[in-house]
Parts: sequence; structure tokens; C-alpha cells
Amino acid sequence: MNLTRVGAISRKEFLQVRRDPRSLLIALFMPIMLLGLLGYGVRLDAKHVPVYVFDRDGSQDSQALLKRFQASEYFDIARVVDDYAAITEAVDAGRCKLALVVPPDFGRRLRDGGRVSVQAIVDATDDNTANLAIGYATAVVSGFSQDVQLEWMRRHGLPDRSAAPPLSIEFRTWYNEELESRNFIIPGVVALVITLVGALLSSLTIAREWERGTMEQLVSTPVTAREIMVGKLIPYFGILLVDAAICVAVGIAWFAVPFRGTVGTLFVATALFLTVVLGIGFMISVAIPNQLGASSIAILVTLLPTNLLSGFAFPIDQMPAPIRALTYLVWSRYYVTILKALFLKGSGLRDLAEPLLALVVYAAVVGACATRVFRKTLR
Amino acid sequence: MLGRIFHMIVKEFLQLRRDRYARIRLVAPPLIQMVMFGYAATFEVHHVATAVIDRDNSQESRDLVSRFTASGRFTVIARPRDEGELNELVERGRATIAIEIRSGFAEQLRKGVTAPVQLIVDGTNSNTALIALGYVNRIAAVFASDYGSDAIARLAPARLRVLPRIELEERPWYNPSFESRWFFVPGVIGSLMLVITVNLTAFAVVREREIGTLEQVMVSPIRPVEFILGKTLPSFLVGLAVAALITLVGILWFRVPFRGNPLVLLLGLSLFLICTLGMGLLISTLCKTQQQAFASSFFILTPGFTLSGFSFPIASMPPVMQWLTYVNPLRYLLVVLRGTFLKGVGLAVLWPQMLAMAAIGAIVLSVSVFRFRKSLD
Repeated sequence: MNLTRVGAISRKEFLQVRRDPRSLLIALFMPIMLLGLLGYGVRLDAKHVPVYVFDRDGSQDSQALLKRFQASEYFDIARVVDDYAAITEAVDAGRCKLALVVPPDFGRRLRDGGRVSVQAIVDATDDNTANLAIGYATAVVSGFSQDVQLEWMRRHGLPDRSAAPPLSIEFRTWYNEELESRNFIIPGVVALVITLVGALLSSLTIAREWERGTMEQLVSTPVTAREIMVGKLIPYFGILLVDAAICVAVGIAWFAVPFRGTVGTLFVATALFLTVVLGIGFMISVAIPNQLGASSIAILVTLLPTNLLSGFAFPIDQMPAPIRALTYLVWSRYYVTILKALFLKGSGLRDLAEPLLALVVYAAVVGACATRVFRKTLR
Repeated sequence: MLGRIFHMIVKEFLQLRRDRYARIRLVAPPLIQMVMFGYAATFEVHHVATAVIDRDNSQESRDLVSRFTASGRFTVIARPRDEGELNELVERGRATIAIEIRSGFAEQLRKGVTAPVQLIVDGTNSNTALIALGYVNRIAAVFASDYGSDAIARLAPARLRVLPRIELEERPWYNPSFESRWFFVPGVIGSLMLVITVNLTAFAVVREREIGTLEQVMVSPIRPVEFILGKTLPSFLVGLAVAALITLVGILWFRVPFRGNPLVLLLGLSLFLICTLGMGLLISTLCKTQQQAFASSFFILTPGFTLSGFSFPIASMPPVMQWLTYVNPLRYLLVVLRGTFLKGVGLAVLWPQMLAMAAIGAIVLSVSVFRFRKSLD
């Protein structure tokens, strides 16, 4: 490989990118847009869920329970209604996600004893929010129940330790102590940005030459296939490294996502991932001789799997076995794993050996294939 | 006039049939997204990898652990010997939850002293962690209440019968088993229609401009309005066909219920299509080449997709982003889709959404037609 020739090709490609304002817009604006959208727009936790209340008892006791819901940051009592019809209407229209119905004998039960259930009607259309809301509501009700029991024991002269909560779970949350959605999403955005920008830009490299008919000119010069490939991809490698750096910096400085790993490991993993993404984009560019076809196929092949099968937002361990097996083929899966581990866990090289090795293998295979496919096409 | 429009439409479909990549762009994403969102996209939490150290190894502690596994939400994947091993399982990501029951657990339960249980949760995936903790709370509440009654039964058996106990009786409406699939599959229809119809319309016009055939069309007796109709109607039809296909697959294959009126859905889809066709035309007035149109569509479709409530709830977004969602037609279509599929509601409930889409569609379409006619002059 002749370095001067590689350098010359790189310079030519770089000039071409610089003169194409849309490419630059994609390269610079896309990371910022995705970070803004996903950093601010993606929150899976449920707070201030609008609650409708149908208090059929209207006693002090039922008010005491409802006050606890009002006090919780997870619920806002939006409205007090006096029949089921109002609840049905509000849940149908989506104005109310959770409706509590306190039975008429609530206060009496609390005084005389016995079981009483409070109905929680929940709009489960959005299963995730519904599930979270029920979890929080259960915690509020069981806390209230325990206090009522304690009070009841005291009143009946029983030693109140018999009503002390028999079990207490001492939670410790590791890595993402506040369980912030943002800390979970932002590391993956780095992979998403590289995939999107990398696929869009690199899929055009050869397709552009084909389309403009300059490919023949390039082939007639003494450069080899590998020199063209490396030379053409170097500028994109640089641009994407800058994109990755922007994402990481904005993530840490603006969104306050912790970064606990080492920059060296992040750099190695990013370089490997870039090689894979660029190599695949390049191969598509070689195979499909028109820009539009090339970029749309590149997006299809790279972005969809990164979005859905990399563990970026949807947990891989919850997928059915065949799909889970499929995720091992998705190169982004390994990079997303590394990113999350570096940001949140601070894992070292030893812990990340497996995904890093997978990326090395991918980079080597994609590199070899791309050279080969390109050489064949040139002949 | 109708004849001319008809010929335009035939021409558009012929062109579509000849363009191999357009076909892939049209057919592959719906199929892949359908499978992915039907199978892979899930926020449900089952079989969370759990590591357990049970130092007490009593009947009570085993009962607690078995309640975790019996719920189907947790699967014990390891029983490490010491804390070091336990921590390593979490560090390596093998276990998402680690439970440690200290010795003396049963003793404390019997005495009526609060028995502490240590629980470590890997918060990397905040959503899985939150949902899992919700299940932990529910299991712990039932366990506590069962064993609390035991303690009282020993002290004063007669009192037990009348011990007050408040329970939450959950009544999940519309999606009783909390299936993510029911939430996502109707949404896929909306998100795919957005992508496909915006791109299709934008490309149909830009293609003519790029190849230079736009002038030819313009010197023919066809009028601008007819041209626009000829360009947008095929996208409209393709959009409806994709919607019908996914609806059928969703109902027949993924068993998502459809409880509403198909005509209400059809109205919603049509109003939405007016918006997306307008957006496509608008993009086409801004771009000279198909490549540019492709890149520009990203800057419109990505926010459209993220800020719609398709997978991330609008209610949890910061206020500024919530305002932005109001101009997003997909936001309204998703309400209509989920309303007709899962809730079975009709126009009485969905009229505000229909009205909003009609308004957005009218504005976008008239702006884009105006710009388009100007670009022809």
C-alpha cells in the first residue's frame, strides 16, 4: 500500500465532503439532533400520572388514603368523580391513566376489621406506564395498610411490634442510582449516531463515482483497490470520530451522564466499530451503483438492527430465543454493550474482552470482504 | 381531467415497479419492522436473571425465594457462596438482581421483628430495573402481609379474623396481560405510513426534476393541480395498502384485538395521509436531487417518530417537547390507532384528534401546493 496515493485519495474525498453542504449538515447536525431528541424526549419512567378518584365512602379514612396518593410524586389526583361513567369516559379518552375506586364500607372495615380492596382501574394500552403505575400504587396502598394495622393493634392493646412490617427490602441500585432513563439511553446514542451518519456518508463513496462516471478514471490510475478503499474511508473515519466525541462530550457535560470507564478503551472500541460500519457502507456502495439505492439499503441494513436489536432501548434478554440468537449477528450489539459498561459501570478491558473480541473479528471480516468485493467489481 | 390524472397514476405505478431499490425501500421496512416490533420490541419484564444467597436456608427464606420464581418474573440463575461472587455476577451483567437473605431471617419473622433482606439491582437499564422493583414490592407486600398475620395468629388468634387489611385490586383495561405487542403493533402502522408516504411523495416529484422530465410534464396539457393529484394519489393508495396489510397481520398473526370501527380508522388514516403527502410535497420543493430528499427526510422523520408517543410516553417529556408534539400528526394518529384497536372507541372520543389532523393537513398541504406551484413558475 502506497501511503502517498492513499493520502491523495483521502484529500480528494475530504474536499468532496467539504463542498457538499448536505453531507456536512448530516455529519454535524445529526448528532446534536439525536442527542436532543433522545436525551430529552425519552423518559420511560412514569411520574405525575393523572389519577381519577371515585370515593364511594367519603370518610376520613378514605381521604387519608387518597392523601397519600396525592403526596406521592408518581400520582396527581386530577379529578374527583361520583360515578363509574365518568371514569369510563375519562379512561376512554385517555385523560386518566389510573382510577381509584374506594368501596362504600372502607372506613367501617378499617374500624371493625377485615379485608377491603380498593379498585385500581388502569389504562393498560401503554403496558409499560401501566405496569409502573400499578407498582407504585401497590407500594402506597401496602404502606397505608401497614400503618392502619399498627394503629389497630395499639387500639386493641396488642403489642404493636406484632404489626411491625415483617419484611423490609433494602434496595441498593448500582450503576444508575437514580434509575434515570437518560443514563440508559444516551450511551447508546453514540452507536446510533455513528451508524446513521456512517452509513449515510460511506454508502455514497463509490456510488457517487459510479453515478458521475468518474470510476473509470479512478481505475485507470495506478492506485490499487485497497488504496482507494482506505483512502476514501479515512476522511469519514475522522468525521465520525469527531461525531462520537461530540456525543460523548455532550452526554457527560450537558446531560450529566456519568462516565466511569477509561477513554482509551472507549477509543479502541469506537475505532473498531467505525471500521465495521464504514466497511459495510463501503461494500453496499460498491454493490449498488446509484447513490439513492445505496444509501437507502445502507440505512435499512444498519439502522434498523441498531435501533431494535442492539439493546439500545429494548432489553435483549427479554426477547424470544430466536430473536435473541439473531442479535449476536448485530455488530452494534457489542458496541452498545461496551458503551453502557464504560459509561455506567466503569468496566475495564478484562470485563469487556468478549464484546471487544467480537468487534475485532467483525472488523477483520468486514475489512477483508470489502477489499475482496471491491477488487472483484473493479475487474 | 380524471383521465389525465388516471394516466399519471398509471405512470407512477409503472415507475415504481421498475425501480428495484424503491421496491425494496417500500416492501422490506414494513416486513422487518412488523416482525421486530411484534417480537423484539418489548418493555415487558419476565425471567429477570436473579442471583440468590440464602444464608438462613429456612422454610421461610425458601418460601420467599420461591415466591420470586413462582411469579415468572424472576429466574434464579446462580446461588453464589459469598458476597464477592454475588457482586461479580452483577458486575459482569450475568445477574440483574441479587438477593441476600441473612441468617436469622426466620427467627426474626417469628419474633415479629422486621427481617431485612438485601437486594442489589443493576440500574443500567433503568426501565427493566424500575419494572422489576415494582414486582419485588408487590411480592414483598404479599409476603409481609401473610407472615404478619401469622405473628398475630400466635398472639391473639381471635383477633386475626378481623385485622384490617387493605389491598389493591388491579383492573387493567384494554390490555389485561400487559403485552407490549398490543401497544407497538398498532403504532407500527402509523410510523411506517409516515416514513413510506412522505418519502414516496417527495421522491416522485424530485425524480422528475432530477431527470429533467418535469419540464416535459409541464408543457403537456396537464394542470398543476392534476399533476399534484397524480403524484400524491399513488402514495395515498400505497399508504392505505400498507396500513391494511399490517392491520391484517397484526390481527391474524399477532392476535392484537381490533375492537373499534374500521371506518373510523380509515377516516383517521386518510386525514393523516393528507398531512404526510403535504410533508412529502414540501420536501420536494426544497430539494433538487433524490439524494438530497433522502437526507432531508431524516431531519423531518426522526423528530416525527421520536416525538409522537410511538414508544416513549409524551406525558413524561419536558414541557417544550410536549408542545412540539402538538404539531406532529403522528401523535394524533397513534391515539386513533390505539383507540380503535384496543379501546374500541369511536368518533365521540376521537373527534379532537381527527380535527387536529385535518387542520394540520389543510395547512401543510396548502403551503406545499403554494410553494410547489411557485417552484414551477
